[in-house]
Amino acid sequence: MAAEKTYEVSLTVNGVPHTVSVPARRLLSDCLRHDLRLTGTHVGCEHGVCGACTVLLDGEPVRSCLTFAVSVDGQSVTTMEGCRSALGGLGPVQRAFMECHGLQCGFCTPGFVTTVTAFLRENPDPSAEEAREAIGGNLCRCTGYQNIVKSVLRAAEIRRTEGGS
Amino acid sequence: MKPPAFVYHRPTSVAQARQMLRDAGADGKVLAGGQSLVPMLNMRLASPKELVDINRLGEELGALVVDDATVRVGALVRHARTERDEAAHAALPLLRQATRCVAHPTIRNRGTTVGSIVHADPAAELPAVLLLCDGRVELAGGGAIAAADLFVGPLETSLPTGELAVAAVFPRLPPRTGTAWVEVSRRAGDYALCGVGLTVTLDEDRRVSAARAAYISVGPTPTLIDLTDAVGGQPYDRADWAAAGALARSSVAPEEDIHATADYRLHLVVVLTERAGRSALSTMDSVVV
Repeated sequence: MAAEKTYEVSLTVNGVPHTVSVPARRLLSDCLRHDLRLTGTHVGCEHGVCGACTVLLDGEPVRSCLTFAVSVDGQSVTTMEGCRSALGGLGPVQRAFMECHGLQCGFCTPGFVTTVTAFLRENPDPSAEEAREAIGGNLCRCTGYQNIVKSVLRAAEIRRTEGGS
Repeated sequence: MKPPAFVYHRPTSVAQARQMLRDAGADGKVLAGGQSLVPMLNMRLASPKELVDINRLGEELGALVVDDATVRVGALVRHARTERDEAAHAALPLLRQATRCVAHPTIRNRGTTVGSIVHADPAAELPAVLLLCDGRVELAGGGAIAAADLFVGPLETSLPTGELAVAAVFPRLPPRTGTAWVEVSRRAGDYALCGVGLTVTLDEDRRVSAARAAYISVGPTPTLIDLTDAVGGQPYDRADWAAAGALARSSVAPEEDIHATADYRLHLVVVLTERAGRSALSTMDSVVV
């Protein structure tokens, strides 16, 4: 069988420009994990249901498992690794998840952190109900969600008092 | 799983996209938001040999235009934009009411309104909205297909092979018309077990002059039912929505699946018709207060 045709794809990931050569069918999730070795993005269901692979595409949460890398050539991606604080160390959302026990096994956490990071930029002071709605597209099989909702509210508090994205 | 290999095309104009689709024929498929297509590829339920990626055609396909008669949504307008657009909401509140129920916000950031329509999933909201508004889909090759002629079966439309849908056109509704979208799903963001879009128009004496509803997940295509026989001529605050629900129930024949029995879906048709009727009127404060 002939080698599969590849395409040059330029992506800015967490502020760093990358160019990779990938087949058209390379999912953005696999491009991040395999080609760029950014394994903070987790792949759960691979059909858009679980939310673990959520990344920010030009700032908006999208499912990286439902996006072809070639299709987003030239765009910016923020992954879990990009949700650190500007000074290094945990970002406000990551810190809140740690403080509030918003994770157990941690598999779903990258998807929550990216989703919540974008959500709090739009809604810096959400109600518990709004927080619940914001994470409606992310599955967690460990926590029962109560502590994740608390984490969202705590992250909002951290952002308000200490700044940060 | 991973998608099967395909030949990738990235046209830079609608004319070029159409030519690529015509050349590919039955082997070709349009990639817009991909929120329905890519899961099918990942699960290998579909394996089109060629994909024509229209994501670079924003200049030609990215507009959402509201005029006196219609809301025209270009093929690259994402659900999130249709949902948030204030002019579209003012002209046709049903669009936001229904789009808010499409999957999760994350999916709506990428998926497109037109893509959802031409994907023609019988559980999807937007095909029913287009049908309820007597809308149409415009084609790259010129001309349009009316919603009433578009939906042929589950995931099947009358769009000709090699053709590209460039916009969905939703006619605005008559004055004194209220609308609602209601649905029941097992979890937030899941496909609805049953969903109802409803329009009700009052006359100058605030009596119901027309009522229609479109139902999803109760047949192979969205199902449009005229409810005027049940509620026509009745004062807006005493309209017999239970009768409308009964009329709708007698007009559909849902199937049972792993998510719900046929009886449960029929029950939902009744309950949701009543809810939608009341909700549609409650949005018409300026008329009914």
